[in-house]
Amino acid sequence: MTTATTEHGHDHPKHELSHCARRIYAIRDLLLEKGVITEKDIQCQIEYQEARSPANGAKLVARAWVDPAFKERFMADPKAVCAEMGIDASAINEFVVLENTERVRHMVVCTLCSCYPRPILGRPPDWYKSFNYRQRSVVDPRGVMREFGLDLPDDVEVRVHDSTADMRYLVLPVRPAGTEGWSEADLAKLVTRDSMIGVMDPLPAISE
Amino acid sequence: MGRTLNAEVGKLKPGDRVTVKFEDRPGHLRTPWYIRGKTGWIERVHGEFLNPESLAYGRDGLPKKTLYLVAFNQSDIWGRTSNADKLLVDIYEHWLDPASN
Repeated sequence: MTTATTEHGHDHPKHELSHCARRIYAIRDLLLEKGVITEKDIQCQIEYQEARSPANGAKLVARAWVDPAFKERFMADPKAVCAEMGIDASAINEFVVLENTERVRHMVVCTLCSCYPRPILGRPPDWYKSFNYRQRSVVDPRGVMREFGLDLPDDVEVRVHDSTADMRYLVLPVRPAGTEGWSEADLAKLVTRDSMIGVMDPLPAISE
Repeated sequence: MGRTLNAEVGKLKPGDRVTVKFEDRPGHLRTPWYIRGKTGWIERVHGEFLNPESLAYGRDGLPKKTLYLVAFNQSDIWGRTSNADKLLVDIYEHWLDPASN
């Protein structure tokens, strides 16, 4: 992004800004000017947000696939298990793991805004925040999944979770067939962000 | 499903049939419109949480409200599906009325 230095000493983007973007920059400038936060605080927060990624969730899912005792504890007390794995989930008020089976599939949405288990999955994808997904996922979850490439048989029950309050939800997908004996690290590579939101399956096992 | 923080709180228990209040008022309401007036059942008791309708305005969120996971049949909400699909929504107790079976 090209930037131009303004009279008050830091850079603003040069291109045309939306109303919301202009408001954000104005609020940022005021917070800095009044000494509420520093530029270093902003940078640290950006780094913290960027450091959280779906790799955290993938690590948890892969471990749950290979270790039944771990899975049991993860289902029972996900926040404690995250702490154990060195994943800081303290920012989540409370979170629930939804286990997919061959008969029941879960899918997560926040129809009111964009509630999302950020410490585990990082920032939500744009489509998760779109009106399109937020409206259609509750009315026609099977149609939405089909657009992601997943065509479910009628006898599989779909359970859509609208996370409207203090709970955050993570889907524990079914372990792909043909991955017997795989290492946790290799399994984690199959666990996509979208499979933990529940709109897709994990990647299939492809032998090398 | 994972743990319940405290299932011993609240007036409602898993399996109870409930109808979501059909209410509107100004404020930070966390009950989606599409579910107001609809009937489902308590799937689980999540526990007690500060009331977001108070927190949103800089108040203390007290008294805490019991939060439930409430399940609905997709067919009962939209009326056009014949499958067993469900919709599950987190709803605070003051939005729920007991419903007959």
